[in-house]
Amino acid sequence: MLNKTFGLAIAATVATVAFSGQAMARDQIRIVGSSTVFPFSTAVAEAFGNTGNFKTPVVESTGSGGGLKLFCTGVDLNTPDITNSSRRIKSSEVETCAKNGVTDITEVKVGYDGIVLANSKAVGALNLTKKQIFAALAKQVPIDGKLVDNPYQKWSDIDPSLPDTKIEVLGPPPTSGTRDAFVELGMEGGAKGYEMLSALSKSDKKAFQAAAHAVREDGAYIEAGENDNLIVQKLEANKDAVGIFGFSFLDQNSDKLQGAMVGGVEPTFENIADGQYGISRSLFFYVKDAHVGKVPGIKEFISEFTSEKAFGEFGYLTEKGLIPLSEAEREKVRTDALALAPLKLM
Amino acid sequence: MTDQVQEAAGNGWQSEKFIKNLAKRKRAERRFRLTGLLAILTALTLLGILLFSIVSKGHSAFIQTTITLDITFAESVIDPNGNRDAAELRGANYAKLVQDALREKFPDVKGRRDLRKLFSLISNDADSALREMVENDPDLIGKTVPVALVAGDDVDMLKKGYIDRSLAEDDRRVKDQELAWLDVLEAEGDIETRFNSGFFTNGDSREPEKAGIAGAMVGSFYTLIVTMLISFPIGVMTAIYLEEFATKNKLTDLIEVNINNLAAVPSIVFGLLGLAIFLNFAHLPRSAPIVGGLTLALMTLPTIIIAARAAIRAVPDSIRQAALGLGASNQQAAFHHILPLSMPGILTGTIIGLSQALGETAPLLMIGMVAFIADIPGGFSDPATVMPVQIFLWADSPERAFVEKTSGAIMVLLGFLIIMNAFAIVLRKKFERRW
Repeated sequence: MLNKTFGLAIAATVATVAFSGQAMARDQIRIVGSSTVFPFSTAVAEAFGNTGNFKTPVVESTGSGGGLKLFCTGVDLNTPDITNSSRRIKSSEVETCAKNGVTDITEVKVGYDGIVLANSKAVGALNLTKKQIFAALAKQVPIDGKLVDNPYQKWSDIDPSLPDTKIEVLGPPPTSGTRDAFVELGMEGGAKGYEMLSALSKSDKKAFQAAAHAVREDGAYIEAGENDNLIVQKLEANKDAVGIFGFSFLDQNSDKLQGAMVGGVEPTFENIADGQYGISRSLFFYVKDAHVGKVPGIKEFISEFTSEKAFGEFGYLTEKGLIPLSEAEREKVRTDALALAPLKLM
Repeated sequence: MTDQVQEAAGNGWQSEKFIKNLAKRKRAERRFRLTGLLAILTALTLLGILLFSIVSKGHSAFIQTTITLDITFAESVIDPNGNRDAAELRGANYAKLVQDALREKFPDVKGRRDLRKLFSLISNDADSALREMVENDPDLIGKTVPVALVAGDDVDMLKKGYIDRSLAEDDRRVKDQELAWLDVLEAEGDIETRFNSGFFTNGDSREPEKAGIAGAMVGSFYTLIVTMLISFPIGVMTAIYLEEFATKNKLTDLIEVNINNLAAVPSIVFGLLGLAIFLNFAHLPRSAPIVGGLTLALMTLPTIIIAARAAIRAVPDSIRQAALGLGASNQQAAFHHILPLSMPGILTGTIIGLSQALGETAPLLMIGMVAFIADIPGGFSDPATVMPVQIFLWADSPERAFVEKTSGAIMVLLGFLIIMNAFAIVLRKKFERRW
């Protein structure tokens, strides 16, 4: 018995060595990146695999930053072919990529994602302005021309028209792309509503961003982890709390939750699609051109993702909660993507 | 001191002071017992709540809603050339058969949007079931047969009572129009529920009605095989050497302290180690069970070594000495007598170490096994994921129907853990020797 186990152990070790040579050739696309794009990317991967011509791509959810980091490690076939991102690639990341030999990258914009503030249906819907969102969540707010620690404890302290309940907002932690986008689009927009901060944004951009991006830490904003389902469950249990998450979770839980109006606009599919709703961001994926032709199916995958039946107005991705681009934009994205047009950062 | 003893003895056990003291000690004991009981009761209640919430949410994952439709296997759709070519049969548009059947059932439905809604009553995976039927029995072509097709996830949720019909239409995922269609089907007895065998045979999918844990189970299996093959022999050898052959000096003491410390290292650290050694240095494939198994083996090794050493130490010295006295070498004594006698204990430790590895996700995050993988892995180097990761991914999915899948998968994982631990107990009870 012992000799047998020993033999097997040796066999396993030999196999390990044998496998290591195999890592070079690959017949399956590897995708990493944003957890926001993950549900859409996986849906496309599955449909792509179902056509039967290629293996279903492997999609890892690493977060936008983590994905780009892996993507930029080099061009050998051990690195991923595609990375998803819920924000545009940064110029610093392009530099890292270039330093490691990843010079040709194609950017594909796939659609929009709305970030909603939602609460339980048991109470009335909120109607907020970006300025009020900033006032409720910023670490410091300007009062009488000076930045002071946020004094607002109840929504009605900010504006008498808002409900007389404690400010209690459940949202994503700083590592999340959703938080980045919310801070940039929601809070920064709100901060500009204050004359003093608006002036600051012109004179000292850094100081303005520091003030606009700082979320209060006195317990009114509760970091609820990356799991949006958890926030949904907590909102059901606590009707006074407000949650911040992606539109697809509101869409799936429309029987229990309602989205707050922002600037008088309701977070509906249509309002996000035509850009009326103020807090929405673009979703992207990036392709490593050096791998096209070496790993089979990359072009076909891009073609599947950018087909009308996937990211079109009535495509299967919209059923998963993706907000589609306009028709003209889709057309342009499709041609650029299939031609592997190189990334241009403005 | 002496006075006190004399006093206690002299004044006897009935002295007031003594009785008071006794009552106090008894009270203290009662209090201790009560707190102990309370602690156990709290633990049991919490465990009960946990199990209840998992089972009450998860039991419906094993049941699936089907809609029976009269499917006409029209030759014009499946095999327009009439030559029964296998490749052509495979590539045919089976979704159209479902759509045609639905149109026939509800001839009044017109318009792209309404039709789309109507078609979404049936899972978009239904076509592969039909394809399989035709491939198994080409004679079906041209016939009309009632077929039970898997319903879409919203219909499934409605049937299981997770969607409340009494809510206003805007608040419901299933609209009035769809409810009307479903009521017609229900009245004719076409909607049924059955055991969800797909849950155990399918790989992961983004469509909840199609998603299964087979891929994750197979991935867990391959991963654990690698873990066992690496960690068991190395762990047992290390334990034997340290207990039977190594001389006691500063170096072996240091090794011992380090092994005990390693057992307490957070598992994510082993993930980082795996990433550095197996992926970045050895260039093994990412997301593969072989890498997962090697990484988990590193994590399980200290547990196995500690358990094996304890088991070996428990073998009485007399056996060792008797063997040596009869002329056996140290090695013969170790392998012929000590090891077989300590095996039940070693195996128990190994199984407990492995069941720990079965429930681990953190180290796998670093080596790419937290991923969406639809294909069921076919070997040690295919991309794979494991059961706890599958649970994590489903828990994070927006679709409501994944809630029951998550709990269902937890139930399956718990089942495996209970079986493994029960096996360890049986082994111990059956083969354990007492001296």
